[in-house]
Amino acid sequence: MEIRRDVFQAIADPTRRAILSLVAIQAMTPGVIAENFDSSRQTISKHIQILTECELLTQEQNGREIYYQTNAKKMKEVADFIEPFRKMWDDRFNTLETIMKNYQPKK
Amino acid sequence: MELKTKINAEDGQQDLVITREFDLPLALLFKAYDEPEIVAQWMGTKVLKLESKKYGGYQFETTDPKGNIVFKANGVIHEFIQNQRITRTFEMENSPFAAQLEFLEFESVSEEKSKLTMHIIYKSAELRDQMLKLPFAQGINMAHNRLQEIVNQLK
Repeated sequence: MEIRRDVFQAIADPTRRAILSLVAIQAMTPGVIAENFDSSRQTISKHIQILTECELLTQEQNGREIYYQTNAKKMKEVADFIEPFRKMWDDRFNTLETIMKNYQPKK
Repeated sequence: MELKTKINAEDGQQDLVITREFDLPLALLFKAYDEPEIVAQWMGTKVLKLESKKYGGYQFETTDPKGNIVFKANGVIHEFIQNQRITRTFEMENSPFAAQLEFLEFESVSEEKSKLTMHIIYKSAELRDQMLKLPFAQGINMAHNRLQEIVNQLK
């Protein structure tokens, strides 16, 4: 549960979300990722580090370079963040349905 | 078990659509939104005010068993068309979240079935995602258990 919360914090940041969508298209080195942003390279490195710690990014060594890409499996889990919200509404609507099935018009 | 409620929330958008089909005639579904006592039962909250009409407004308040207020919300009603549509705002009080706009469409599917489409528009895409990640489960389960008791009493 602790890890899950961290993942949500990780994707709450707009820059980190932008990084995720960038490397979703193709694996990139930190240098190339940083070129797409106005922020300093250190700042972007920090973002990449957080995303990697949350397993949203995976690393692959290719010669001297490290390439980053999105971890599809983890991303799927994050997409499921909507589930508790959906469950909440489903529960409410189920209750609504039960109440109204038993509804007796006021005399 | 497959949930009957569907949610369509596209990535990076500031809105979402909730749809649900009910085993209820349209008039009964709409009544569940119209009458304060019924809203209170299925929403699991006290309804301090519900003026089901254009220019009307509503206020909800939920307290825990100790009487502390755990949820307080309000909104204004822009459109209230029987068995058809409700347009309203929703604002959670004492929270960092901005008000949201809600379009509720009620449709008849058959004599015994009806459908609700709820289109919610948030101030921003970020805000939408934050709202979705609120720790709903806990508070809602609490409310839901209470609801279950009410429903059981009705039977």
